[in-house]
Amino acid sequence: MKVRLAFTVNEETVDILAEDYKTLLEVLREDLGLTGTKHGCELGECGACAVLADGKPLLSCLMLAVECEGAEITTVEGLAADGRLHPLQECFADLGAAQCGYCTPGILITAKALLDHEPRPSRERICEALSGNLCRCTGYLQIVEAVEAAARQSVAPVRDEDRR
Amino acid sequence: MNTQPRVIGRPRRRVDARAKVTGQTRFADDIMLPRMLHCRLLRSTQPHARIVSIDASKASSIDGVHLVLTGEQFPIAYGILPVSHDEHALCRDKVRFVGDPVAAVIARDEVTAERAVNVIDVTYEPLRTFASPAESLAHEEPRIHDYGDHGNVHKAVALQFGDVDGAIAAADHVFDDVFFFEGSTHLPIEQHATVAMKDPDGKLVVYSSTQTPHYLHRALTKALAIPAAHIRVVATPNGGGFGGKSDPFNHEIVVAKAALLLDRPVKICLNREEVFLCHRGRHPVLMRFRTGVTGDGKIIGMDLQTLLDGGAYGSYGVASTFYTGALQTVTYDIPRYRFRGCRVFTNKPPCGPKRGHGTPQSRFGQEVQLDKIAEHLRVDPAEFRLRIVAPPDSVTANYMRVGTIGLAECISRVVERSQWKDKFRKLPLGRGVGLACSSYLSGAGLPINWNDLPHSGVQLKLDRSGGVTAFCGATEIGQGSDDVLVALIAEVLGIDPFDVRAVTGDTDLTPVDLGSYSSRVTLMMGNAAIQAAERARDILAAAVSARLAVPSTRLVFADRRVFDSEHPEHGVTFQEAVCIAEASVGTIGTTGSYTPPKSPGHYKGSGVGPTPTYSYTAAVVEVDVDPETGWITVPRVWIAHDIGRALNPTLARGQVEGSVYMGLGEALMEEQAFRRLPPRLSQALVHKFPSMLEYKSPTTLDMPEIFTDLIEHPDPEGPFGAKEVGQGPLLPIMPAVANAVYDAVGVRVDQIPVTPEKILRALQAKAAGKPARSGPAAFPDIAWPEPLLVAPPWEGGDGRASNEAKRTGRKAEAGIEAKVAVPR
Repeated sequence: MKVRLAFTVNEETVDILAEDYKTLLEVLREDLGLTGTKHGCELGECGACAVLADGKPLLSCLMLAVECEGAEITTVEGLAADGRLHPLQECFADLGAAQCGYCTPGILITAKALLDHEPRPSRERICEALSGNLCRCTGYLQIVEAVEAAARQSVAPVRDEDRR
Repeated sequence: MNTQPRVIGRPRRRVDARAKVTGQTRFADDIMLPRMLHCRLLRSTQPHARIVSIDASKASSIDGVHLVLTGEQFPIAYGILPVSHDEHALCRDKVRFVGDPVAAVIARDEVTAERAVNVIDVTYEPLRTFASPAESLAHEEPRIHDYGDHGNVHKAVALQFGDVDGAIAAADHVFDDVFFFEGSTHLPIEQHATVAMKDPDGKLVVYSSTQTPHYLHRALTKALAIPAAHIRVVATPNGGGFGGKSDPFNHEIVVAKAALLLDRPVKICLNREEVFLCHRGRHPVLMRFRTGVTGDGKIIGMDLQTLLDGGAYGSYGVASTFYTGALQTVTYDIPRYRFRGCRVFTNKPPCGPKRGHGTPQSRFGQEVQLDKIAEHLRVDPAEFRLRIVAPPDSVTANYMRVGTIGLAECISRVVERSQWKDKFRKLPLGRGVGLACSSYLSGAGLPINWNDLPHSGVQLKLDRSGGVTAFCGATEIGQGSDDVLVALIAEVLGIDPFDVRAVTGDTDLTPVDLGSYSSRVTLMMGNAAIQAAERARDILAAAVSARLAVPSTRLVFADRRVFDSEHPEHGVTFQEAVCIAEASVGTIGTTGSYTPPKSPGHYKGSGVGPTPTYSYTAAVVEVDVDPETGWITVPRVWIAHDIGRALNPTLARGQVEGSVYMGLGEALMEEQAFRRLPPRLSQALVHKFPSMLEYKSPTTLDMPEIFTDLIEHPDPEGPFGAKEVGQGPLLPIMPAVANAVYDAVGVRVDQIPVTPEKILRALQAKAAGKPARSGPAAFPDIAWPEPLLVAPPWEGGDGRASNEAKRTGRKAEAGIEAKVAVPR
């Protein structure tokens, strides 16, 4: 049965009808076309589907969309703002933290949740925070270094067009 | 002429990085099309059974179901190797493992398709199940397949290079060791997905997470009996491959058929359990090494036997079998060598190529045995290896051509950086270091379907905007192949990588590249790209030379300009150069292609192992082992890789670290293992833990510090000197871990994975006065075929077998090629 869902995604109001059995992950990808959020298991094992709900990271494959009524959701599509990539995105791109890029959205989101609460985390804290996100390509080191670099970055992020 | 490289060798943001960090990379399951339907597969619940009947009437009548397919609709067999076309998209008369697809439902959504799949009734007549190679060897009947060498032996091969038995008999020391390497799976985070549709002209289009669009193209042509020219395969960026997306898959053929029948787009995305069942991963291998060594530590003969658990289908298995014995000789000088390999069918998901394809298993055995030999001879294992490293520019006993070899430098580097000499046999109980080495191909020297065609092609289009578009069939699986393509072209033409657009992995738009397997893309696509770019540069240079009245040999392409090297201010922009050339000669497009050099071996089986150039790696692993519990952790890894030239050091380092990570997963925890259900639940042979939670793989918390060294001596065969880096660095990790455990607590774990339980068992055996070892006891007696006898080069051999019937050579193979390729 379809139900009416109203919540905020990437600072935009969403008001839709969707199947009541659908997870937040499915609604984001299939009903809202936000395919940046990925799935690797749909059982809460890999971390690929992480999004922020009211600033906290959660696995969107384990959450029914109806449970998110009224929440403020942030996905990877909402990380860049005003034409600027988030410092995490810049550092991931520059430092080889994304290889195939499939786990990347979930890791960026999880790392953002960490940095929002702990602007200068230790390496141990970063590893702990990302320990629920599986990556098969990188061996994680370049990811951890990119999070450290983003945490260090005090200068304003660079615009795409300034980079050329 | 060109100046110093501006792009090559500098750490750079890869060209597709922005798409990846913004979530805009479009993977196969991200494709949503109007009127798209969804497919689910019904999979066998029986490990080995005849299909008596399939009743899909209930499924067909469910609202929202558009189509039900069974094996009836798929009469034509296909497979990746021409010698093993043993798969049908849906099983026809029998099933061969729990998970073999039996029927497909195409419905308006996944939920409806799943509901319909669950009400299809299949009646099975169970057959004897073969759970292990021992069982398959013990019983000739029932046969899992009606082809293969005999019984349930898929393939048994035997090759002999010189008088191995004589050499071993004359040796001062003979080492005889048995090892086991458990299977593991690729576990890409992206589940396999495919979308098929008819284009408006009525031609078939298939988007798929495949590493090998060219081979999928061929398989679709055969299995669906449609002309190749009427099929377009687009490889979407793979969310990780590691070899697991290199076969043409049943689900790809099923949705293609459904899209043709329904004239609507059809999508399938496998769930995680199905990805475990697709598998095609690391073969479990039992192996025995008998090695003869002189008193001063020279290997004079090696006799290797391997037994591969192939699972239920052929896949790449014949190649995998040869690979278990192909590369022993390219690292160390082994003057006489015999290899016998046997692959059997079992009722489990099929094994195939995983990173290192067939070579990590026997590399593990060889490198652990070398550690034992060094121990026995009381020499340092690093020194021992340095004495026996294979010579450069040589041909091995089995006719593999070794060109540049940086192995000695790799060993010296990790020894120095790890402070090996202060640690080996000197650390306190419970801490240890181990060393191991490896080698891998920079692309297979022969294509899967033998022919004389190029292995990679690149087309360039230069237009008046000053932009360049590069077309190549290469497939981006995360390794950075698009970045390599763009970087090489930008380097040659003196422009920025961002000025080059890559169009890749599309059988309609791009020239063939054989695919992302065997670490072939950087070298083969790279050489093709350089050729195409140099041809474009020559066209521009000729036109600009005339315009500026400067000899073309004096023109420099750099910084988006073409200018006189003697008067740098005298020049034109790159865009102007393109316009001048276009005005002069017309539309500018060039091509480049690459075919590997011929290999010196001419015996049957010599096609597996050759490559334009081998990469080499050495690694030192440090372990902490609790002598009470066997608990093992890895705090540090030092690794040096002979890469020839790092085109983009950021990506090269990522490949090395990713290999170390995946190697540690195999070394310590990953197991594609099976169990029987209890009798009341059919006793079926099922995957032990087809989920990411229980199939353990390393997390951030398991990762050691990794100290990576890239050894750079440009190789003449590679683009700007580059060799492979995607697979070789994985190989030394597993044996280095096992060797480090011995250094730490004095027990040998001769099987992978090296788990705390196995270490503890060996410690307990040691305490009880038994051999301080955990590992297989013996290698079974196998009825080997008479080996092909090939004299090594230093015994006057010409690369042919003396007891092999004269082969008709390429022509016969080309016949197979023609038969497969011609559309019906």
